[in-house]
Amino acid sequence: MSKLSRKKVLDLYFMDARHKLIDLAAFLDRLDRAEGESDFRSEALAQAMQHLLSHDPDRAAKVLMTLSDPTTEPIATATTKAACGAWPGKA
Amino acid sequence: MRYIEPHGHMVSRTTDDYLSMVTAGCEAVCEPAFWAGFDRKSVDGFYDYFCQLTEHEPRRAAKFGLPHYCWLCINPKESEDLHFAKEVMELIPQFIDKPNVLGIGEIGLNKNSANELKVLERHIEIAAEHDQLILVHTPHLEDKYKGTRLILDALKNQSSIQPERCIIDHVEEHTIGMVLDEGFWAGMTLYPESKCSSSRAIDMLEHYGTQRIWMNSACDWGISRPLAVPHAAIEMKQRGHNPQWIDQVVYSNPITFMKQSSRFQPPQGSPQA
Repeated sequence: MSKLSRKKVLDLYFMDARHKLIDLAAFLDRLDRAEGESDFRSEALAQAMQHLLSHDPDRAAKVLMTLSDPTTEPIATATTKAACGAWPGKA
Repeated sequence: MRYIEPHGHMVSRTTDDYLSMVTAGCEAVCEPAFWAGFDRKSVDGFYDYFCQLTEHEPRRAAKFGLPHYCWLCINPKESEDLHFAKEVMELIPQFIDKPNVLGIGEIGLNKNSANELKVLERHIEIAAEHDQLILVHTPHLEDKYKGTRLILDALKNQSSIQPERCIIDHVEEHTIGMVLDEGFWAGMTLYPESKCSSSRAIDMLEHYGTQRIWMNSACDWGISRPLAVPHAAIEMKQRGHNPQWIDQVVYSNPITFMKQSSRFQPPQGSPQA
């Protein structure tokens, strides 16, 4: 299995990460400029972003977990088919 | 390059996609039964769909020299109505001995409801009764972690199910560990807007190794890329992985899993042929 140097990882992925970071920043600016109430999704995103500046080796998994339903029992009935990307906080 | 597309919803794709896949080195495609993007209104709709998967689509693929296999089920998005789901599941034995059927799939959960779970459990029983392989769809986004845990529990509760004969698809960083730790196969779905990117999938391969893992595009009627697997292979090469490592992930591993079904014919030239 290959083990990339940090330089090689930057060569391969820096521009893509930079692009996504600026897109995320612009999204947050857009959200702030917009009017009306926000909802649980923006709060979940803010919580998930806390993981980005940590030095944990599993930041991707931690971001995913922050956005996940942590409950363990099946819900009574599926009232929609779609997932929205963040757990609203109620089963 | 040679590869297997172990999860592609080809009934939703064009002949151009077939040509592109074959040109890129695809040597077999496998099509799980899934949601059409709308709810089917009758059991007859599923009968027609199963005919399409077992008769028409293999002929369409054959025009491009591509062997086509399929999996049968009612998908979890249409499983909330238990009576309807039961009638659809009763169709499965009529089709299960068709020459291109590899097993039961893609079964699983969508919103993790009680009725979805009951239908999943019945599918698992059908697979056990007919000694079939199982391909599992795990839920999307915020529902994936909980759903994956419920699915693994349901599979483990059926004593005759062997984990090495089940693949748990659409794993991500927070679910792949539990799937592999329990002895199941894990599928990584390369999807442009949700699920997993190729760079993340390769990260997981580098972290967890290449045993009991495959990659697929799950190309369907939505925004998806039929060539996601060969594109990921190019990225693996860019990262410095050797051809044997790449070949194992995109070619040998899917063959190793699917040849557990006697109906799967390993392509000529593969080590398993």
